[in-house]
Amino acid sequence: MTQFGELDFNRREVVAGASACTALTILPLTARAEAATVGSPPVLSPVAFTVNGERRELQLDTRTTLLDAVREHLHLTGAKKGCDHGQCGACTMIVGGRRINSCLTLAVMHQDDDITTIEGLGKPGALHPMQAAFVKHDGYQCGFCTPGQICSSVAVLAEIEAGIPSHVTVDLTAKTELTTIEIRERMSGNICRCGAYSNIVDAMTEVAGRQG
Amino acid sequence: MKFDTPAGRNPIDQLKVIGKPTDRIEGPYKVTGTAPYAYDWHDPTLTPLYGFVVGSGVAKGRIAGMDLTTAKAAPGVVTIVTAETAGPLGLGQFNTAPLLGGPEVAHYHQAVALVVAESFEQARAAAALVRVDYDEAKGAFDLAASRGSAKAAKIQTNPAETAIGNFEAAFGKAAVRLEETYTTPNEAHAMMEPHASIASWEGDALTVWTSNQMIDRSVSDIVKTLKMPKEKVRLISPFIGGGFGGKLWIRSDVILAALGARQAGRPVKVALTRPLMFNNTVHRSGTIQRIRIGADTDGTIIAIGHESWSGNQVGGRPEGAVAQTRLLYAGSNRMTAERVAALDLPESNAMRAPGEAPGLMALEMAVDEMADRLGMDPVQFRIKNDTQVDPEKPERPFSQRQLVAALRDGAERFGWSKRVATPGQVRDGRWRVGLGVAAAFRNNQVMKSGARVRLGADGMVTVETDMTDIGTGTYTIIGQTAAEMMGVTLDKVVVRLGDSSFPISSGSGGQWGANSSTSGVYAACAKLREAVTQKLGFNSDDAVFEDSQVRSGNRSLPLAEAGELVAEDAIEFEGLANKYQQSTFGAHFVEVGVDAATAEIRVRRMLAVCAGGRILNPKSARSQVIGAMTMGVGAALMEELVVDKTRGFFVNHDLAGYEVPVHADIPHQEVIFLDEVDPISSPMKAKGVGELGICGCAAAVANAIYNATGIRVRDYPITLDKLLERMPDAA
Repeated sequence: MTQFGELDFNRREVVAGASACTALTILPLTARAEAATVGSPPVLSPVAFTVNGERRELQLDTRTTLLDAVREHLHLTGAKKGCDHGQCGACTMIVGGRRINSCLTLAVMHQDDDITTIEGLGKPGALHPMQAAFVKHDGYQCGFCTPGQICSSVAVLAEIEAGIPSHVTVDLTAKTELTTIEIRERMSGNICRCGAYSNIVDAMTEVAGRQG
Repeated sequence: MKFDTPAGRNPIDQLKVIGKPTDRIEGPYKVTGTAPYAYDWHDPTLTPLYGFVVGSGVAKGRIAGMDLTTAKAAPGVVTIVTAETAGPLGLGQFNTAPLLGGPEVAHYHQAVALVVAESFEQARAAAALVRVDYDEAKGAFDLAASRGSAKAAKIQTNPAETAIGNFEAAFGKAAVRLEETYTTPNEAHAMMEPHASIASWEGDALTVWTSNQMIDRSVSDIVKTLKMPKEKVRLISPFIGGGFGGKLWIRSDVILAALGARQAGRPVKVALTRPLMFNNTVHRSGTIQRIRIGADTDGTIIAIGHESWSGNQVGGRPEGAVAQTRLLYAGSNRMTAERVAALDLPESNAMRAPGEAPGLMALEMAVDEMADRLGMDPVQFRIKNDTQVDPEKPERPFSQRQLVAALRDGAERFGWSKRVATPGQVRDGRWRVGLGVAAAFRNNQVMKSGARVRLGADGMVTVETDMTDIGTGTYTIIGQTAAEMMGVTLDKVVVRLGDSSFPISSGSGGQWGANSSTSGVYAACAKLREAVTQKLGFNSDDAVFEDSQVRSGNRSLPLAEAGELVAEDAIEFEGLANKYQQSTFGAHFVEVGVDAATAEIRVRRMLAVCAGGRILNPKSARSQVIGAMTMGVGAALMEELVVDKTRGFFVNHDLAGYEVPVHADIPHQEVIFLDEVDPISSPMKAKGVGELGICGCAAAVANAIYNATGIRVRDYPITLDKLLERMPDAA
């Protein structure tokens, strides 16, 4: 119920801000924007979630994305900010077992969530099988999109295993098949400008084969 | 070490470590998110402030006034950098437009302010409160409209105009002629890592963690821009999240972070936002290319002419799209002309294979068209017009030229003989299927490169050079070079890169990085071997370094016994480039499917056969090529910065609007490296492949689309709307 309490609080703030604007309608647009911002300190909110198995408690600006919370406040910089708009996938994290673009979600929306970042999958010397497969198949070049590609890869195999269909799934009632077409379709939210796609598919196929 | 005579046998030829498809040594850091990129750097003793860049809202004009009052009063704001607070700045040698605008505005989204605040969110919010009033001026934004005013321009060693024999006369009387105009659009590097820098001052000394391909060059440009002594600047860039030419120089993030940190008295971190990058930084210029080819009926080219128009800010370089036409095919009458039009669009500059990438998009489509007019197979037409010497200077041979072998080998592997020459004949269900071929060509440039190599008392070898790894595999091939030279296994080598406190290297660009930088490491290791043999009392001439031992005659001692030793040297290339033309060659083969009803284009198969000298690491080299092929597909089918010709900016300035290939666009890709060692190139006998892979690739896709549909689109990218009206009946 705490979450509802916080939501209520935030809504009151929004209403207060709106009436302030109404009182200032004779001012130009920029002046109204400034009236809403200038002088008022950022709205901070407590949030607690689990990152890579560790409970973390933060006091955050409500505008802080999950990506920035993890990178700038927890100093886990594996997830990357490639676009900050949900267009590239470099910030992909696994939250509650599902992959998400962590740049498109505010940190305060993740109270009590279970978050896995690339650092939680494995470490140098103790790699997750998907991380090892990316090294073996050279599934990267510059490495910047790689944490997102790997988090997506791990989640994609789980999605297929769970029978979640995609745009290219032909038969929605049958067990979803693990094909390169399915992999390519599901991975298309993770851009790799170096163009390691062909190798990433090889890495995923090997891991999937091992799992199967 | 001077390199002025062809390399003889040397320790690299043992190929115990070099030439092996070794996994990248930095790989475990990249796959675990522990490789530190510029914006990732974190020092708990320093608390950086956040800078947010404000870009100009007009393409050309003057700032009439700036109101910073409300922005300054916003929560968390520490300071705001503008041209006024920065004072006079210099212009870097490798920048055309100033990195901080004001009062003059040179292009849309040119940085005009940096808001520095305690948090990213505060800086971003306050940046939206900066009010700028402009006196907007009229500008020139349309290459086609400015074509007439374009000026002849040289680029690097290529003169603005070349003429051999009598082109006009030979072309005029040729039995079969082609004269067509092709266009390529403005393209963006769109590397995944936005330009980012963290700047920190200690007194008058500046340290910048950044993302940069050319460390020393960029230090020099920081020095020029900020007008400070070179020894006071340190640049650190151990990991680069993609560059493709876009990080060959400093950009606004570097200078604004430095200015912000100086003004605030605290470290400042700045990353360009993705929507700012496309107009704030540089791009590959669009081109208009006119190609004329005249041939005898037997397919012998007697005249070949290539002219190109590109655009840039005043003082900027042309794209250089005609360069390869001077060297790729025989023909005794030839001409090229390179012109650049003054535009007020953002600065254009080098992107992966500058010149050749767009040049071959046009030339290799023209060659396909010419083969069609001659009724010749396009592979055979290319083979017929091969040359083993520089066509402009027949006394100057190519050091190696395996274009014919690449074409033949590729044709065999790809099943080229099954191609139906008449277009539009092959169907696979709803798909019209076509095959395309194109030649790949990129020159082999060599650059001075230095390194320092340290032998530890524990037998470990540490290499330090300011060379960069932009995803190219530099860490690994430098490690392999040092291991081969010092007779140790790769795990006994530590490679440290991308720090201006290390010896100056070639940097990463122009496909020269692998060959030049490893040659620098070779030179330093040769010096270290000398020092080791002296220390151990061996005759250096017959000393063998292997298995962490040094052996001479019957004597053998552990390498580590030499104790701590350091050697530093650089490779300097002299003379051989004049005597021999050094280039890399390849052939691209592509199969596409074009939906008979919707004209949707899918790439079904891709093969590249490459001849690029000794391949130092086939695994990372193959990745370079498949990546370049992927970018080639982008150039062929989707990449285009759309110009707002009224307001003068690139409209689609993010990754949703500027489309690059995604997983679903790319099939399995095959790459073959032909056996080649080139002792003219360097002691490594290597060349490069990172740019070769994009050269010609887009034309192979275009030619496959023609073969599938019979539709020739000379206006890249080839999108389905350009096919749809002319598609053959779907039935």
